[in-house]
Amino acid sequence: MRVRICFTKHGKVRFTSHRDVARIFQRALRRAGLPVAYSQGFSPRPKIAFGLALSTGHSSDAEYLDIDLDPERINGIEMGDLPARLTNELPQGMAVTAAVAVDRQTASLQQAVTSCTWQIDVVDIDADTVASAVARALAAESLVATRERKGRKVVDDLRPGVLSLDVEGPIEAEQANGGGVRLIAELATQPRALRVSELLGALDPPLIEHRVLRLHQWTMNETDDRQRSSPLDAASSTPVGAT
Amino acid sequence: MSASLWPRLENLLPQVQKPARYIGCEQGAQTPTHGPGIVSWLLTYPDTYEIGLPNQGLQILYEILNERDDAAAERAYSPWTDLEALLRRDRLPLFSVDTHRPAGDFDVIAFNLSAELTYTNLLNCIDLAGVPIHADSRADDDPLIGVGGHCTYNPEPIAEFVDFVVLGDGEEVVGEITELLRDWKRLCGSKRTGRPGGARSSLLRELSKIAGVYVPSVYQVAYSGGFIAEVVPRYGDVPATVEKRTVADLGDWPYPRNQLVPLTEVVHDRLSVEVFRGCTRGCRFCQAGMITRPVRERPAEQVRAMISDGLTRTGYDEVALTSLSTADFSGIEQVIGETVSDAGCDQVSVALPSLRVDAFTVGIAAQIQRARRTGLTFAPEAGSWRMRQVINKLIREEDLYGAVESAYSQGWRRMKLYFLTGLPTETDEDTLGIAELARNCVALGRSHHSSPSVTVSVGGFVPKPFTPFQWFGQNTVTELSRKIGLLRDDLRRTPGVQLKWHDPKATLAEGITSRGDRRLGPVIEYVWRKGGTFQEWSEHFNYDLWLEAMAVNGCDVDWYVHRHRTQDEVLAWDHLSAGLHKDFLWQDWRDSLNELGLEDCRWIPCYDCGACTGYGIEHVVASASPPAGGSQGTGVDLSGGGAVPVVLAQRHRHSGARNGVGTRRGAGVAS
Repeated sequence: MRVRICFTKHGKVRFTSHRDVARIFQRALRRAGLPVAYSQGFSPRPKIAFGLALSTGHSSDAEYLDIDLDPERINGIEMGDLPARLTNELPQGMAVTAAVAVDRQTASLQQAVTSCTWQIDVVDIDADTVASAVARALAAESLVATRERKGRKVVDDLRPGVLSLDVEGPIEAEQANGGGVRLIAELATQPRALRVSELLGALDPPLIEHRVLRLHQWTMNETDDRQRSSPLDAASSTPVGAT
Repeated sequence: MSASLWPRLENLLPQVQKPARYIGCEQGAQTPTHGPGIVSWLLTYPDTYEIGLPNQGLQILYEILNERDDAAAERAYSPWTDLEALLRRDRLPLFSVDTHRPAGDFDVIAFNLSAELTYTNLLNCIDLAGVPIHADSRADDDPLIGVGGHCTYNPEPIAEFVDFVVLGDGEEVVGEITELLRDWKRLCGSKRTGRPGGARSSLLRELSKIAGVYVPSVYQVAYSGGFIAEVVPRYGDVPATVEKRTVADLGDWPYPRNQLVPLTEVVHDRLSVEVFRGCTRGCRFCQAGMITRPVRERPAEQVRAMISDGLTRTGYDEVALTSLSTADFSGIEQVIGETVSDAGCDQVSVALPSLRVDAFTVGIAAQIQRARRTGLTFAPEAGSWRMRQVINKLIREEDLYGAVESAYSQGWRRMKLYFLTGLPTETDEDTLGIAELARNCVALGRSHHSSPSVTVSVGGFVPKPFTPFQWFGQNTVTELSRKIGLLRDDLRRTPGVQLKWHDPKATLAEGITSRGDRRLGPVIEYVWRKGGTFQEWSEHFNYDLWLEAMAVNGCDVDWYVHRHRTQDEVLAWDHLSAGLHKDFLWQDWRDSLNELGLEDCRWIPCYDCGACTGYGIEHVVASASPPAGGSQGTGVDLSGGGAVPVVLAQRHRHSGARNGVGTRRGAGVAS
């Protein structure tokens, strides 16, 4: 049985890496007594699959994880309790907000998610400068950045990956000299994910990130490509506990 | 109480490597309440979080202190160089990872010292805490700087930097120190900080009266012609010799109960259950085996409970049964068998970090490593039977080959063999014996696999205080390099054997600090002031800086490291005691040179080394007979009554002591 969960990552624990989060969940699942299925073979591994990595230091309201539970040992476990039960075993700042059973045929998170919405706080800069940098980027036909990929320099156009970019307004940030500004951006994750740091670095002038929060991850509706939805709403899913 | 530094730290963390090392938040972490009437301890490991977090000693004290109403304990680790630079730039201090409280706000900053090369990090941490590095420059209300751990059996090189030293097991003595400080705080607490204030020197003198606590500043060292003439207490009420503390029964201390589960990668990332403390195999190079005597086994029932509760609480899927030689634990097979079957289909693996070299041990390993059979590690320590008699590591070649044959036949492909070089009386023939053993092991593997692999890991021997080799002059860098060169040449065209070695220059630096005296304080300070931190890390180790520091401070490397010491010499640590009689150690040193072995006293009558008799304690060993298999530690196949391949030293038996076997309930009773 495959369960897809949504979880948050805030506060001190945001400084853990993607690999750390995998380790945290493996142990939390064991402590919670949830019977995770293990792979066969020489070195069995728990069958859990993460979506897009969240950069170390970024917070999130919307992280996802697919967990395969061992059907033979699932008896007696109240699935409706799963979010609370798992949250109880996670470090402070991480909480499971929802869980649904998904069909094994459902596309993996890596394949299904096409974009993410980000809340980006930049500091040491005034709102007007940010607004004009954003306007320039949106008006431009291309946004060229040089990236290193497999040890080779590659010139990429980031512009197609910027699905939306809005200045929400000024913020008060501690220890920021020139105040701060909050941006909301939707950035594509296909064919490859556009990172927040890449976007900020490609603006003119480049902006310095202070706090970054992933607000949403989106999947495309297969029948209507203007309809986006959460990975939990994937076609064949049913809320855990409802069945 | 001052505020958490977190709001300022969190703006620095995006700029450093592996920021998760600094956030705390581990499963099992505590956020204790501080306040009047509570003695606050900052338990600090002076190396990175990855190395320090798993330290069991620190975790045990963390729990024991936090269970007390009058204590609060938090943890700190050395910040890596990138964060240190930012902390110094922004004038931020060392902090606890639990509540991110400044280190300077604690009553006691207590360090675990497990390796001499961390001494410069100790200074760095004290300095980062905002505390003067010299004990005699500290104000009455500065935190007390305490140290414990194996290195502190000779704390003389760091004597001027620390206020007090704890010798031996810390479980009981931390409570006694807490009580003294609690009362002291109440009676003469500083108004400014609420910490123990007023007459720091009086407080230190009181501390020195607690058994197992050594306060360097209340002892005076006199020199004569370059040698130490004597070390004497400055006051009549201070003990002339400081004895180590020993917990009589490990069963009274089932800690850690809530082992910390880190969120990020650390070494030894698994549940650890200490199955016994102490070892009387009597390997003469091994300081741990000498200073932790006697053997105190944990009751098997408690071991099982700690494994099962620990796995449930932590969510770990691996448990290490730790001790100095875990295969010697009474009933080891039963405990392991039950653990493996209890865990059922939950994929729990059991690790034995200290395998004995014999086929019996491999059988145990086979029982527990059902899935991943990647590699096994053995430590024959020396390449020839003669050399192994000198060091009293009495493994016959048959034992090693039996173990290796057994491992290959049961599916392992890679072996790792640990050796020491630079041992007393070592000849080139002995050194080359290492290559010979490795070649023979590969040959055994060929009949099972097409490409068996043996990794030979060679470390330079550093003589340690409170061992029979404490009088031995350590090999020079040139000599160690030559011996490693011999092995490299000999093994150059040997398929299947990989040779690895420890940097002889780092071995020298360890040698300087291991048997040094108080005159080395300025040397350590010099290395630290010139930026020599993280000396355990090869990318930071600075050999030239150590030599420069010795030269500048008029300390002769040859005198401290390479010189053989004589029987009448006053050693820098003679005013401290690990229980072992100095004449026992001297006799063992002479026996060693005569290639005489010494039996393991766990299963034979006492020969009065002093570790039991001096403290009225005994071995706590559940089994009345030695474990099956092999000859290690005795030279005799005790299980089979086989031929004795070694001449054993005839020792005067201590008449009063009983054989400690089977006396679990009698532990702690003077005989």
